[in-house]
Amino acid sequence: MTPPRQTAIQELLASDPNPAKVQAFLASGKRFPIVEGSSVTFIWYGQADGVTLRHWIYGLESDSALVRVQGTDLFYLTAEIPKASRVEYKFEVHRGSTNQWIEDPLNPNRARDPFGANSVLQGEGYEIPTWTHRDPLAREGTLEPFAIHSKSLGARRTGSVYLPARFRKTRLYPLLVVHDGGDYLKYTGMKAILDNLIHRLEIPDVIVAFTDSPDRLREYANDERHARFLTEELVPDLAARYPIHDRPQARGLMGASFGAVASFSTAYRYPGFWGRLLLQSGSFAFTDIGKRNRRGPLFDRVVEFVNQYRSEPIAVSERVFVSCGVYESLIYENRSMVPLLDATGMQVRFVEARDGHNWENWRDRQREGLSWVFPGPLMFVYE
Amino acid sequence: MPPRTVVLLGPQRFDPSLRESVTKLGITGRIAVITAGWQEREAEDEELSEHLSGRTVNLRLHERAAEVFRVDQELKAAHRERQEVLRHRQDFYRIRLEHHLDAEHVIRQRSAPDDILADEAHASIDAIRSLDAWHLAQCARVRKDFHARCDVAESPILAQHRHEVAAAIKECEAVAIAGGHVASLMNRLSLFQIGKLVGPRAVFAWSAGAMAISERVVLFHDDPPQGPGASEVLDEGLGLAPGVVVFPEPEERLHLDHKSRIELLARRFAPALCLGFPPRSRVIMKGTRLSAPQGVICLRRDGSHGVFDPKKDNA
Repeated sequence: MTPPRQTAIQELLASDPNPAKVQAFLASGKRFPIVEGSSVTFIWYGQADGVTLRHWIYGLESDSALVRVQGTDLFYLTAEIPKASRVEYKFEVHRGSTNQWIEDPLNPNRARDPFGANSVLQGEGYEIPTWTHRDPLAREGTLEPFAIHSKSLGARRTGSVYLPARFRKTRLYPLLVVHDGGDYLKYTGMKAILDNLIHRLEIPDVIVAFTDSPDRLREYANDERHARFLTEELVPDLAARYPIHDRPQARGLMGASFGAVASFSTAYRYPGFWGRLLLQSGSFAFTDIGKRNRRGPLFDRVVEFVNQYRSEPIAVSERVFVSCGVYESLIYENRSMVPLLDATGMQVRFVEARDGHNWENWRDRQREGLSWVFPGPLMFVYE
Repeated sequence: MPPRTVVLLGPQRFDPSLRESVTKLGITGRIAVITAGWQEREAEDEELSEHLSGRTVNLRLHERAAEVFRVDQELKAAHRERQEVLRHRQDFYRIRLEHHLDAEHVIRQRSAPDDILADEAHASIDAIRSLDAWHLAQCARVRKDFHARCDVAESPILAQHRHEVAAAIKECEAVAIAGGHVASLMNRLSLFQIGKLVGPRAVFAWSAGAMAISERVVLFHDDPPQGPGASEVLDEGLGLAPGVVVFPEPEERLHLDHKSRIELLARRFAPALCLGFPPRSRVIMKGTRLSAPQGVICLRRDGSHGVFDPKKDNA
């Protein structure tokens, strides 16, 4: 019987390591963290009294200490991580009385969000989907700025409208309204994704309104004014300027996190109007007993809304795509929503990924989501 | 009148074989070509024309339809309304179909005495076939309602274009129908009554074109973003190629090694033959008789697939 192969760190440890051997280990061209099947070794090198791994996997202890290789400045921690996972983490470095959270200097991969970035471990088998990269064969659509004064919100709102390549005013198009539109464009490269998926016939030519809110935590948290703005002001405004189908099947709302709550609560207030929903990592917090929620006051109105929906679920749309990372704390809430939505007669597609609450997760699920809410002519074209 | 000759071909985009078939049939005259499935790119037919030594006359059905709808707004509105109804019908049919296919799949996984399983499998297929037939009947009814409500013969602009198309076809010895968007192509073929205008001429058709002239158009793709999808009946075709269901590019679009999927397709559409058309494949039809097959793949009821042999497969 062949003995199990040693991992890279086990080989180093077995070699009676010293600073020179550690230098050779670091310079050996390895990618860090070291991924060997489902075994992953995190490495920190530098002067420190101690190092702790801080990761964003909900349900696991988030402060695992790295072990120093005796007589050197190398610290390591080996963990079992399922294949194809993406795990966000930082190192907490302890020096004297100070602790500092830092990104992994040995790992170039980052998960970005509006508040900063974390290092990302890419487990074995994970690859950035090819359809997220600009395909030179795909014709490029255009982005046009728009501005609208909202009576509901009492303020001006701006954003951009995506028009597909070869856009023609004589054709009618479906409309997708995206919450946190600027971030979707910036952090997920959604314009290139739209170009690519349209080119592959996986989604139809579609007009996409990328909207933003200056106060998203308030306006996206089940706000009647926001729902009225989208439904009674934005859609008519866009329909007056662009050729848009006037039917629920051709109208969609999309968002992530609080943006998903905004999408769903808007559809809830206007049942039957928005025929397609794409909800990513929705912050669908709820309570089973009482109103107190563990996530703080920002979630109060969300909890109130989700509790109300859970007590009396109704079909608000026709097709709903729900996705969530299994390493997010919101996985419980999202899994809980799916059977409720399904039971109302809405067509629901739920997709889980070994990922977290970040833009890369929301990028990687766009192909499945967009093609579910707006299937392209792939089945119709035979060249 | 002897039956019309119809040649069904594989995709012509990268390695065209149309000319060989045209030569084989001894056609030396002009050929009316229909590229309406290419939609806005309809006029970009230089390569096709060159392949047939410039003997082509493009019937420009997509462009003509656009002009008809531009001039006759009433017809346009009625047509759009009809398409909307058909879209609804297709959506509802798809919902039911997915449930039927799920049931078939679940029953297939069960353990039970063989005779019970065989009965249940038979019942599953029957249910799917009934649903397909029901959907086709709904589509036919929608079309009938459209013609009853909207006398298309009364549209002067449509009559004018039909007349021009008929005259153009009259000057040709054969008609060639290219692929593209099958629903768009079928609408144009139907609007200009190409089925009637073809007369005794030979017809060459590939990809969506071959699907559109069969009796029953089946949409299929085993690798959509959502995972293996359900093949669905779209509508009746022109019926110029009876008794076959056309599956262009089967190696690309079907999981040929997935026996239960192939078996389901073949049994679902029987007694029609399920034929796959890879590039450079072709078969010649006279009525329901198929001959001179070349590279055509037959999807068989036992879940296997292989090179089509009319003697063996045309039971």
